[in-house]
Amino acid sequence: MNWVSIVAIIISSTLVYSTPLIFTALGGTFSERGGIVNVGLEGIMVMGAFSSVVFNLTFAGSLGKATPWIAALVGGVVGVIFSLLHAVATINFRADHIISGTVMNLMAPALGVFLVKAMYAKGQTDNIEQNFGYFSFPGLSKIPVLGPIFFKDTSLMAYVAILVAVFAWWLMFKTKFGLRLRSVGENPQAADTLGINVYGYRYAGVLISGFLGGIGGAVFAQSISGNFSVGTIVGQGFISMAAMIFGKWNPIGAMGAALFFGFAQSLSIIGGQLPGINKIPSVYLLIAPYILTILVLVFFLGKATAPKADGTNYIKSK
Amino acid sequence: MIKVNSTTRKILIPLFSILAGFLVGAIIMLFYSYNPLQAYGSMIQGSLGSSVSIGETLRQATPLIFTALGFSVANSAGFFNIGLSGQALAGWVASIWVALAFPNLPTFVLLPLAIIAGALAGAIMGAIPGFLRAFFGTSEVIVTIMLNYVALYLSTYLMQDVMPAHFRTSQDATKMISHHATLHVDWLSHMFGDSRVHFGLFLALIALVVVWVIMKKTTLGFEIRSVGLNPFASEYAGMSSKKTIIMSMVISGTLAGLGGVMEGLGTYQNFFIQTASMSIGFDGMAVSLLGGGSSLGILLSALLFSILQIGGLGMQTGAGVPFEIVSIVTASIIFFVGIDYVISKLFKNKDNANKELPKTPIAKEVVTEEKDAQEGGRL
Repeated sequence: MNWVSIVAIIISSTLVYSTPLIFTALGGTFSERGGIVNVGLEGIMVMGAFSSVVFNLTFAGSLGKATPWIAALVGGVVGVIFSLLHAVATINFRADHIISGTVMNLMAPALGVFLVKAMYAKGQTDNIEQNFGYFSFPGLSKIPVLGPIFFKDTSLMAYVAILVAVFAWWLMFKTKFGLRLRSVGENPQAADTLGINVYGYRYAGVLISGFLGGIGGAVFAQSISGNFSVGTIVGQGFISMAAMIFGKWNPIGAMGAALFFGFAQSLSIIGGQLPGINKIPSVYLLIAPYILTILVLVFFLGKATAPKADGTNYIKSK
Repeated sequence: MIKVNSTTRKILIPLFSILAGFLVGAIIMLFYSYNPLQAYGSMIQGSLGSSVSIGETLRQATPLIFTALGFSVANSAGFFNIGLSGQALAGWVASIWVALAFPNLPTFVLLPLAIIAGALAGAIMGAIPGFLRAFFGTSEVIVTIMLNYVALYLSTYLMQDVMPAHFRTSQDATKMISHHATLHVDWLSHMFGDSRVHFGLFLALIALVVVWVIMKKTTLGFEIRSVGLNPFASEYAGMSSKKTIIMSMVISGTLAGLGGVMEGLGTYQNFFIQTASMSIGFDGMAVSLLGGGSSLGILLSALLFSILQIGGLGMQTGAGVPFEIVSIVTASIIFFVGIDYVISKLFKNKDNANKELPKTPIAKEVVTEEKDAQEGGRL
């Protein structure tokens, strides 16, 4: 195996494994920048994965190649609906954010499997026939060395995710919407006195996280697992949350961290084919993202980096 | 709006949450044309209908009592220990390891040794987030979530690659432990129709009392509750909030580790590969939230959750309703407990109807503007 093909394998599998994490971690930044802690990302991904697989199985015949893309949007919409639960509970009903998020994580897999059993009379769905597959950029893939590494047989969705991350950064730091969203996460009191609708912006943050988290789950189901069962999403939501923290609540940072965690995950899966890596017990690669997150939290972040009002309920004075 | 006194309201809110949770389950079942009455009927039948099923229900409640107690101790100190499942897993692996390493020691040495090993493993897993929180201000929520996954992957690795090969029957499971290390006692099993109920049940009841005494009657318990209510005032009054935070997590981890020991030495008698975080972790958290953190509340809600889970299996065979409806009901109950602010609006205080309600101990969420301003932020 020459080194170009080794690097190409690593890059393309990193991209495939990172994509769901990028989307979900971006979702997390929106929710938490608005002041709502979202440990329910895992549950949102489950609902996104579930709904996209059901949509894909139902409409693959009539929609053909476009199916996974539309199914990803369907996953996003279902994610929005599911995250409404979190939004209502934390914003209007003053629930503890961690409790509400945990409820979503408990609810989603149960609901998903229950619905699968009710619809298909078995515990997991069939495998989908239309998945994201691999994509070669016309023209670009012909470039020597760089072409095969970055643009041939790679994940198109990963490039979409990177573009979304750049857009999310622009939205959060360069627009009026982003400024206001961040202000309700830092100091809802002050934002309220300036006439900013605190509840409205917090809803926006949570619902955006629902949309992106749902897409993340849908992408995972349609590019990696290929079906839906109770074991489809196990921990990706939490890794995404870790990526968001690692990236210091910044969309570009979250994307970078998600790429890194995707790299670690893909190493543990393709490591066996790679000289050198196959000597390391896979457990170290599996636990690396989690240990790294803890280390980063301890040594680099401390407590100051999270949005100041993150995790607190805002009670509007009468 | 119903006017009740505050004690009644404390009981009414969880009862209302339970009813509402069952109602959500019933609506979902109706929507998919299952019969909820038949389902809940077979759930009761499956969990309490025979001496075997009662034994299994008690067996299911045993580890839940431990993990719920673990959650409540940490929660009293203002800590959200989501790492119960990782701590329980550590306890499970450690107790089985010790039991397999010294199979021929007499029962009165080996059994306590294995239990203590499990408790210690849980304590260490709990101490890590406590230490990091106390000295670095690191969020225990994130650290415990991350440690759950570390524990999950490490447990498989320890079993497959670190334990001596003769401990295993296959790559997926260890051998059964010897009868010197088991919590299984014949007379108890026979009493409940040869079910898997084991001696751990009594240990769980003892733990309920011990934790109640520690929290209500000792200085340590007072300090833990005090730090949970206001770390700044406690520090000012001369308590070491760092020490207290770590101690509360050590106790919490110990109890969760014991929960894992119950599964290992009691229910399964071996260790086998886990593919997801142990359910007794999150269920224990739910039990504690529903029980309001009190010993009696935890006992009752642990029994309720066990009835749901054991009965859920009966429901699947008896009424053909997928088992997952149990988790949906459970999650809904916790959701309603979580939004107790809204539910408590239904029940006004009789004595002082106009005053804002005192919050239950779950309540670190309501940070009012005045508090934040005066204390200069949170710890």
